[in-house]
Amino acid sequence: MNTLVSASDLVKDFPLRGSIFDVFSRHRSAVHAVDHVTFSIGEGEVLGLAGESGSGKSTTGRLLLRLVEPTSGKIEYRGREITRLGPRELTAFRSRAQVVFQDPNSSLSPRMTVGQAITHPLQIHRMGTPSERKERVLDLMEKVGLSPAEFLFRKYPHQLSGGQSQRVVIARALVTRPDFLVADEPIAMADVSVRALILQLMRQLKEEMRLTYLFITHDLATAKYLCDRVAVMYLGRIVEVAPRDQLFSRPHHPYTKALLGAVPVPDPLARRDKNLPRGEIPSAISPPAGCHFHPRCPFAQPRCRDGRPPLKEISPGHFSACILD
Amino acid sequence: MASSSSPRKTGGARFSPASGIASVLRWFSSAQKKYGGEWWILTAGALIIALVVVMTVFPRAFTRYSPEDQNAGAQLSPPSEAHVMGTDNLNRDVWARVVYGSQTILGVALAAAIVSALIGIPLGLLSGFAGGVFDRILSLVMDSVYSFPGLILAIAFAAMLGPGVINITLAVAVVYIPTYFRLVRGQTLSIKEEVYVEAARAIGAQRGTILSRYVFPNIIATVVVIFSLNIADAIMTEAALSYIGLGLPAGIADWGMDLSMGKKFLPSGVWWMITFPGLMIMLLALGFTMLGEGLAEVLNPRLLER
Amino acid sequence: MQTDDTILTVNDLTIQYPISIGVVKAVEGVSFTLADGEALGVVGESGCGKSTMGLSLLSLLRPPGRVTGGSIMYRGTDVLSLDQRDLLALRGRSISMIFQNPLTSLNPLFTIERHFLETIHFHDASMPRKEALAAVEKMLATLGIERKRLHEYPHQLSGGMRQRIMIGLALIMNPDILIADEPTTSLDVIVEAGFTELLATLRRVYKLSIILITHNLGLVAEIADRIAVMYAGKIMEIGSAADIFARPLHPYTQGLINCVPNIRLEQKDLVTMPGSPPDLVSPPQGCRFAPRCPRVMDICRQKPPRLLPHAPAHNAACWLYPERNGT
Repeated sequence: MNTLVSASDLVKDFPLRGSIFDVFSRHRSAVHAVDHVTFSIGEGEVLGLAGESGSGKSTTGRLLLRLVEPTSGKIEYRGREITRLGPRELTAFRSRAQVVFQDPNSSLSPRMTVGQAITHPLQIHRMGTPSERKERVLDLMEKVGLSPAEFLFRKYPHQLSGGQSQRVVIARALVTRPDFLVADEPIAMADVSVRALILQLMRQLKEEMRLTYLFITHDLATAKYLCDRVAVMYLGRIVEVAPRDQLFSRPHHPYTKALLGAVPVPDPLARRDKNLPRGEIPSAISPPAGCHFHPRCPFAQPRCRDGRPPLKEISPGHFSACILD
Repeated sequence: MASSSSPRKTGGARFSPASGIASVLRWFSSAQKKYGGEWWILTAGALIIALVVVMTVFPRAFTRYSPEDQNAGAQLSPPSEAHVMGTDNLNRDVWARVVYGSQTILGVALAAAIVSALIGIPLGLLSGFAGGVFDRILSLVMDSVYSFPGLILAIAFAAMLGPGVINITLAVAVVYIPTYFRLVRGQTLSIKEEVYVEAARAIGAQRGTILSRYVFPNIIATVVVIFSLNIADAIMTEAALSYIGLGLPAGIADWGMDLSMGKKFLPSGVWWMITFPGLMIMLLALGFTMLGEGLAEVLNPRLLER
Repeated sequence: MQTDDTILTVNDLTIQYPISIGVVKAVEGVSFTLADGEALGVVGESGCGKSTMGLSLLSLLRPPGRVTGGSIMYRGTDVLSLDQRDLLALRGRSISMIFQNPLTSLNPLFTIERHFLETIHFHDASMPRKEALAAVEKMLATLGIERKRLHEYPHQLSGGMRQRIMIGLALIMNPDILIADEPTTSLDVIVEAGFTELLATLRRVYKLSIILITHNLGLVAEIADRIAVMYAGKIMEIGSAADIFARPLHPYTQGLINCVPNIRLEQKDLVTMPGSPPDLVSPPQGCRFAPRCPRVMDICRQKPPRLLPHAPAHNAACWLYPERNGT
């Protein structure tokens, strides 16, 4: 499989507005949102990026699209380094790589109709004549389930249901026929039954339009359903990456195990063996030394504090950042 | 207007004045039900303004006298059948001066508001969106101007620029630029953080496009409200300036000036020279204020609807 | 089904609220019972009326919403007929409620200690401070929160901790019933799991009855003994948790269960339910789920089915099942 997108040693620090005393200290404190992250996504693949709040998964998604500029590190798309793209090339890149955010209602301008919103990318990238554009938009609307397209074309976001708005966002993201889509918690705010519809739609569109996804989620059950490979993030670092089946049947990293054990199961008879880690997620401003997870890890050893554990391949395609076995 | 909402439905029906009025009335009553009390304020304000505008555009439908005609009638005669608002010390018809005076005051206030808006709004958009040093400096300048009491500033500028309609318009306009600037900048700052602005960047929109198609349409509602309130304020400022004697050459009919002239004759019992222009200033300012307040209620709940 | 240890009986509850274009029939004819020590899950999607119903149990409905019919009997007292003073005594003392967002439920200007002491003092002004503090410390221990947190302010605590504080405040006066409205929706997965464990512990220690209102099927499967499934303001099905998940009777329940990803299963395809809930200002005259139901029949569109037992202790409102035990 060809690699479509890759991130190498990606770092993003958000500097904090310090107090006057920071003038005297050596370094300004910052939120280390993404801490030397490396991974790649193959063409046609769905890579899940799972984690809780503060894991850096959303920031990573934004970095891949250069919606946020990395502090350091490299991002490549089809072999070309996009971290150094000029403005014009960056705009062209934006027609190849798109994003779907979590809340459809805030992702759409309240003053633009559905039709205007979905057509706008075509105008920006000067694709097609006005009538060709309208036709493509209407076709795409039907494809994502926004029917009757002519009718909904003129509606404003506040006149739509949550499920419909998210479809509009998806249509807008796909109208320029991109290769790569970053979906950042696309179903988190939707109703239960709508989630299944959107997931099914995303699967279908992936096949029909030959897309590659980075699927960011906090819900591992959803990741299991949709993803080919899953990467688990904790406090800015990837702690484990594995093909789907491997991750769920043979998780290696203690955090992954904790996460899997904690996922609620819609079955009252299911055995629940939760080995919950102590404490809470520490601050990303001054994270624990060594392995970020060691203060909470039930298997922690003294050597877990020494230096950052590397992502080691423990079996083909399965990487874990835990030095224990 | 009302009839264009469903072209498919009316199909072959012909548009007659009666059906037009009927649909306007229907739209009117449904709007009133929806917005309640504020709707009346808005309508009342709109009516007052409409009346004055008609007066401005068709003065001769309201009076056959010219405001400068110094032979209109007897000197200083009280309101009568011939002269509804009486005559002034130069034998001019007061009602005629009121009617033609509306042109001056409305013209100046409207022009001043438009000039302020044309300068203040783009600056506010750019400053709020760009941020950084540019924003800091511009905000500082605007805040400084804003901190001056409006009237003092207007007087200073009017005195500096000298008499003339254009000059007085500019003097009034300068006072309100910071108002638009601050409002638009504030709204831009908050809209800038909205997800749909980030989404616009994600689809490849450049800054100019984002400002014009994503930010500006979402602040229009508030700007319109401020525009209306602004005109009300500009009316008062203009009247105040000409009351003091700054700005306008003697010949032009102007309510503020008439106010100041009428003041001299008040002790002798001549009340009509000062009262009618005064009432008109108040009425027109009230009309724009009511329109603005009404619009604020009508437009903002819809913004909050989501 | 009322038995000796039933402490709450809701009968034919109807809640409406007027809007500009009509009256929203948010909750219609809802009836259920809650036994002492039992956990009842109320499950449904947004707009089904579960939160509205939850608020009404403590007479917390915001006007113009109001209860237009039915009764809520708590240990023989009609909650809806209580005057303001008795209601205030009921809330927090006999029946407590916690909500989704703990940050906005706590006063940012009060320390945690003050939150607790004020709550205690409100209900029992005679309790000496030392005794109150002892009770608070015992509660904190059960919640797994360090004593030093007593002197901190809400913004200094994490989301999970705040939600634990909320539960602590709700249970400090040892009420009979805890109503929890989407308590874990704003929490991270691991924190949510910890919270669920805490809830189970508290239930045991305080012999608590719980009404858990949520759209999260995993959460309700773990906590609830019985589950009521709501749709468009009505209860579609009610039964034991095991029965509801293993043998769901109502097509909506079946659809809901089938469309949720289950991490323990290999699911090739989720079954989806196209369509959306009906307009509650003018709901369909028959079964409210008929427009979306994959097994709809003619009668479904004409007459609304009644909630009847179609299996032991398992009721459903659906025309698919013949009317047995017709009442």
